[in-house]
Amino acid sequence: MKHLKIDNLHVSIGDREILRGLSLDLPTGQVHAIMGPNGSGKSTLAKVIAGHPDYTVTSGDVLFDGESILEMEPDERARKGIFLAFQYPSEIPGVTIANFLRAALQARLPEGDELEATEYYAKLYEKMDLLEMPRNFTSRSVNEGFSGGEKKRCEILQMAMLQPTFALLDETDSGLDIDALKIVSHGVNSLRGPDTGMLVITHYQRLLNYIVPDIVHVMVNGRIVESGTKELALKLEAEGYDWAIEPEAEPVGA
Amino acid sequence: MSDAQNQLEIDREKGNFRYDVDYEFDAGTGLNEKTIDYICDVKGEPDWIREFRKDALKKFLEKPMPTHWASKDLDNIIFDNIRYYLSQGQKPKRSWDEVPEDVKKTFERLGIPEQERKFLAGVEAQFDSEAAYSNIKEAVGKQGVIFVGSTEGLKEHPEIFRKWFGKVIPTGDNKFSALNGATFSGGSFIYVPPGVKVSHPLQAYFRINAENFGQFERTLIIADEGAEVTYMEGCTAPKFDTATLHSAVVELVALKGAKIQYITVQNWSNNVFNLVTKRGLAMEDAEVKWIDCNIGSRLTMKYPGVVMKGRGARGEVISIALAGDGQHQDTGAKMIHAADDTTSNIVSKSISVGTGRATYRGLVNVPRHLKGCKNNTECDALLINTNSRTDTYPAITVRGTGNACQHEASVSQVSEEQIFYMQQRGLTEAQAMSLSVNGFINDLVREFPMEYSVELKRLIDLEMEGSVG
Ligand SMILES: Nc1ncnc2c1ncn2[C@@H]1O[C@H](COP(=O)(O)OP(=O)(O)O)[C@@H](O)[C@H]1O
Ligand SMILES: [Mg+2]
Repeated sequence: MKHLKIDNLHVSIGDREILRGLSLDLPTGQVHAIMGPNGSGKSTLAKVIAGHPDYTVTSGDVLFDGESILEMEPDERARKGIFLAFQYPSEIPGVTIANFLRAALQARLPEGDELEATEYYAKLYEKMDLLEMPRNFTSRSVNEGFSGGEKKRCEILQMAMLQPTFALLDETDSGLDIDALKIVSHGVNSLRGPDTGMLVITHYQRLLNYIVPDIVHVMVNGRIVESGTKELALKLEAEGYDWAIEPEAEPVGA
Repeated sequence: MSDAQNQLEIDREKGNFRYDVDYEFDAGTGLNEKTIDYICDVKGEPDWIREFRKDALKKFLEKPMPTHWASKDLDNIIFDNIRYYLSQGQKPKRSWDEVPEDVKKTFERLGIPEQERKFLAGVEAQFDSEAAYSNIKEAVGKQGVIFVGSTEGLKEHPEIFRKWFGKVIPTGDNKFSALNGATFSGGSFIYVPPGVKVSHPLQAYFRINAENFGQFERTLIIADEGAEVTYMEGCTAPKFDTATLHSAVVELVALKGAKIQYITVQNWSNNVFNLVTKRGLAMEDAEVKWIDCNIGSRLTMKYPGVVMKGRGARGEVISIALAGDGQHQDTGAKMIHAADDTTSNIVSKSISVGTGRATYRGLVNVPRHLKGCKNNTECDALLINTNSRTDTYPAITVRGTGNACQHEASVSQVSEEQIFYMQQRGLTEAQAMSLSVNGFINDLVREFPMEYSVELKRLIDLEMEGSVG
């Protein structure tokens, strides 16, 4: 079993502190959900784990099986087994899905090894079938002109191909209608297993009906304020986040 | 890489290495009438060429540097410090076994003999001022195809050579075409007889080995009626601290119904001034197509052109320019419509990285009295970080009511978010940049012969690796 451990993480962008002492322990074999209102820092957490250059970690640590990854380049973290399904995936004009994934898999091979083309396509088509994606999808440029739902599906396709140890799914449900949600959830569930840990970020309970988490964390204002079983998600659905929002400290001397 | 120990000045870039070579023939530094006499004497040239050269020298000296519109960097070329002719002999070898060891090693390392075996109809390998090797496959020679160096061409085929030499690009076209006229040596002379279609490409490889040197090859390709030929040129030089000059003139003549395709993959080192004049003449129903990839050099100025002189002639320029850190790629195309129903197409894609700068200069001219002429111009620029600069000067003059022109231009940027996205999938920053660049030029690269698109991709990878440091 491996652990992705977030230890009292403080993160700023410019002068503004966004994550304010966040801790979390995600072992392989489990699915954790993070729920929280807009702006609470969920995407920031995911991007910081992945190594986005905009954010400054002011204190705390992110440990991959005990080893700090904060000094690693984003690509090194990715090759180690961290995958982020983006809330807003980027478009890569002119680069086809097939070529992109091929390059990503090739980057994981030892120098001098060549990816085997027939095996690669067999696997790609298998995963596309799982996600009910048409074959001609492979020749489209990555995310270019995709609908919201296609983008999300494409993220999960990439995850299925790259088989990460820890997957961070940032609002993968947003923009999906109920049918697409079922297909994507099915795809995600098929990747669950003892060697994979998942962190599912959402602000709707709905997704968690399909991807049933082992643990639910509630995030407010850059911190986890409550953790519990999946019933916690139902409570949030019923009561909203108000109960969890602590009043901001009064400015001293005001 | 067994001979890695013997290599001097080796670097990660394929072309950046150099073996020491003894030159038997050396015109010394600087350019004057004596330099020209020296070149004519060692080459044993006829008088009309000596006169041609001296006239060109005069024009070169008279013409001002075009710095009023072009880069001021041109003023950094010190013509007196350049060596204008260096060779080990004037006669190219017909077999690689006869090529002197030090020169052969260079071309082997660049993969030329191997490419020749695999997919070429003929090869000329120029080392500084002269071709060290030149050969054409027997079967192609038997079809009557002539593929020799410029000196051999002018001496042995004067009836064809003289008819077209300097006719597509007059000596005084610009300062650098005049310079080439004065000092030219090497390059190819090709003649393809009527109706002959050369099925595999002919290739020339231009190698600069010496420091403070100027290479001035001169190429003339004539495709007779209904003939077809593809010519490819590659070039490299080791990196020196001093400036190196490369100033070629290339003239193409496609007679009625002929097709010429000219492909360049330029990978000069970053100290080379690459100032080249290229123009093709397309007669009735003929086609001239330039595929021009400029990856290296300090400053490239090159605007391949097509003069469509016969009815129904077609001209095309497909150009890819990659301006890495500290480089300036000033490239473009000229399309001169001089007959009815002529069609031209320009697709230019430039990539600027770091402090690299890409400039597109186009010229499309359709005079009022013509009918049924069409031009399509497309210029796309990709910027890979905020220091990059790109300028577009399209200059399209289409007169007359029966003519059409279409012009599109775009500038896009590879954002930090895109790079991060690709890195998140496991690609290094350099790989991510390469992939974006390859995506950007993908549709153009499809036009290339396979072997060259692989080479181009490899060069882009190297350039991107270099640019992230
Ligand atoms: N790149 C950025 N630049 C400036 N502010 C940012 C940036 N990323 C996030 N923030 C700010 O940080 C806060 C948390 O954002 P985010 O992590 O996207 O929240 P969530 O995903 O929970 O909606 C927001 O107030 C947002 O405006
Ligand atoms: Mg978010």
